[in-house]
Amino acid sequence: MFEQVVFYSFAAVLVLAATMVITVRNPVHAALFLVLSFFASSGLWLLMEAEFLAIALVLVYVGAVMVLFLFVVMMLDINLTVLREGFARYLPVAGMVAVLMFIAIGMVIEHEHFGLEKPASAVTHAADYSNTRELGLALYTQYIWPFEIAAVILLVAIIAAIALTLRHTRQTKAPKPEKQVAVRRQDRVRLIKVDAERQG
Amino acid sequence: MLTLTHFLTIGAILFCLSVAGIFINRKNVIVLLMCIELMLLAVNMNFIAFSHFNGDVAGQVFVFFILTVAASEAAIGLAILVVLFRNRNSINVEDLGTMKG
Repeated sequence: MFEQVVFYSFAAVLVLAATMVITVRNPVHAALFLVLSFFASSGLWLLMEAEFLAIALVLVYVGAVMVLFLFVVMMLDINLTVLREGFARYLPVAGMVAVLMFIAIGMVIEHEHFGLEKPASAVTHAADYSNTRELGLALYTQYIWPFEIAAVILLVAIIAAIALTLRHTRQTKAPKPEKQVAVRRQDRVRLIKVDAERQG
Repeated sequence: MLTLTHFLTIGAILFCLSVAGIFINRKNVIVLLMCIELMLLAVNMNFIAFSHFNGDVAGQVFVFFILTVAASEAAIGLAILVVLFRNRNSINVEDLGTMKG
């Protein structure tokens, strides 16, 4: 009973916030509603005993990705009236596509033919079960190569984001590594022979 | 009693909402990126639901990787957006047809 109350309240907040994300006028408000929907789904994930991912969603998404979104939205000076053109025109099409797609997905997830009724009850764990430990064990043994590839993807993202937004102005003071490497001893050091002088 | 179908339905609703969002906000690149994030959230919801109801931790590992890829995608997408705004002074999708690709 308690679980159902928690589920339905979080689900209601999630659907409401998602609806607001796609309909509000101001992109800042859309980003804030997206934060709310992340919080609500993090609650749902806690209900499904995925504690590590629920916390990671709040820390990584709300803490990093959404702050990045808000930063960009506030940095750009956007003309909102132009961007809202066609909103009412495409609303019926969008609603129709969404309803059709939901009916199609619903036919799959409500049907018994796909074996979805089989795991009817969840696999619950004891109170001292550590989700983080299990996830770490799987991640660092069985999925170690995908894990390393994920690290490389993050590195690529860092380099790409910096390379895209870096502006080469006259004020930019950066060393040029290729020139530093190519320099040789005789370019920098000059040996001078100095005659000894007599005191006197 | 919560079943797998409850969570799958929430995922489906979320996915359909974000598809509708892509349709109605087709001028605004920032809201399009947000809709993509919402889609990935719906997919993650399904992964965690199956992981929970099948007792297999592999689904959560997949969610971990999806989170990684989504974070990189958001970073690069927003960087492209900033460069675009610097050059075009607008983020309208209609202004992106210069290359006639």
